[in-house]
Amino acid sequence: MTSVNGMRLGVLCSGGKDSLFACYLAMQKEEVACLISVRSRNEESYMFHIPNVHLVPLQAEAAGLPLVTVETEGIEEAELSDLSRAICLAVERHGIEGVVTGALLSVYQATRIQRICRDLDLWCFNPLWYTDQEAYMELLVEAGFRAVVTGVFSAPFNAAWLGRMIDQEALKDLKQYARKHRITLTGEGGEYETLVLDAPFFARRIVIEESTEEYFNYRGILRVRRASLEAK
Amino acid sequence: MIFLLDLSYRAHSLSRDEFVGPVARIVSRAGQEWRETHFSEIRSDDLKGAIGIILCGTALKDNLFAARVQEFSWLRNISVPVLGICAGMQILCLVFGGTIRPGCEIGMTTVRADTPDPLLPGSPAFQAYELHSFTCDPPQGWVVMAVSDSGVQAVRHPDRPLYGVMFHPEVRNDGVVERFLSLCQEKDR
Repeated sequence: MTSVNGMRLGVLCSGGKDSLFACYLAMQKEEVACLISVRSRNEESYMFHIPNVHLVPLQAEAAGLPLVTVETEGIEEAELSDLSRAICLAVERHGIEGVVTGALLSVYQATRIQRICRDLDLWCFNPLWYTDQEAYMELLVEAGFRAVVTGVFSAPFNAAWLGRMIDQEALKDLKQYARKHRITLTGEGGEYETLVLDAPFFARRIVIEESTEEYFNYRGILRVRRASLEAK
Repeated sequence: MIFLLDLSYRAHSLSRDEFVGPVARIVSRAGQEWRETHFSEIRSDDLKGAIGIILCGTALKDNLFAARVQEFSWLRNISVPVLGICAGMQILCLVFGGTIRPGCEIGMTTVRADTPDPLLPGSPAFQAYELHSFTCDPPQGWVVMAVSDSGVQAVRHPDRPLYGVMFHPEVRNDGVVERFLSLCQEKDR
């Protein structure tokens, strides 16, 4: 069923905290052979996290992992065939036996990825599935992940959240928002998006050198224009 | 104490957090203590003090448990309530003389409660999350409580508090687990 060294897995990576934390968990149990990224041209994509997915190659380099990338127009359902194509490429190039996702609560996403894996006869792992959101966020910070907010899409997030690091102080504010404004603590409801700049398995960390911000009426995006890797 | 049995392909596997973790959270939220063990590591002492047992599900491609059904023969003599979820229901069926056959369902589906039971949601039909590649033909005499268009969704032993659900109640049907926990407490009194 599994090799001595564990199953070879590909991690679906959007660049955000959930997919990279899922990668971190997978590395503790099996062998992560590559990251898989789908770059959508549609900012409203149902499946794929958008704002800074172009930085996944830098994350892959920081982690010393190969990356398989495909592009999609991001049209609902049709984008699934592009995801399937990306996973097929990962099978061909890296011999993966299964896929890991950072799905937390989205039955929509999980169902579709499970179906693709069934059709390709691959394992599918969702190690954050229905996890305790508060415990997960605490662990994320304590484990040494450095994730910054790169998109906000709901009240009460103001422009100051763009570029803000998810640290203990930010987590305290997010918990308060979750209680008062009923956002999901992890942003799973699409309330905010993140970009991981550093993780325990990164050999180097990402530095944002140039970025622009757009913000209006509780919706905002931090677009990273230029970034590089630096020694830790 | 509620005893959670991990049916996945290996002890402490990457599947544990996906299939045991969410059930454990529901048990904790209900104010009950729980312990967990992988099916390959269970010892007779483990069940001491357990007022109920939940057999957790597995990944879609993980059917190793069915090839090792002899390791679950202890279930025949168990006296406390048991809830088998997905792979757990398949194991209950196999241990008590039923069979399983290929039958895949993924995602939300409509489940019809043909034989009302306090364990299930009160409505005649409800939405439930499915993730299985085999379906069950229940043991002779077992009561089929609910079905979907694809097969049997919930069963119970005719005389003993042994229940199986093919859907995953930990996703959007927490009440099924909560009512099972209440049943365990009632039986323990």
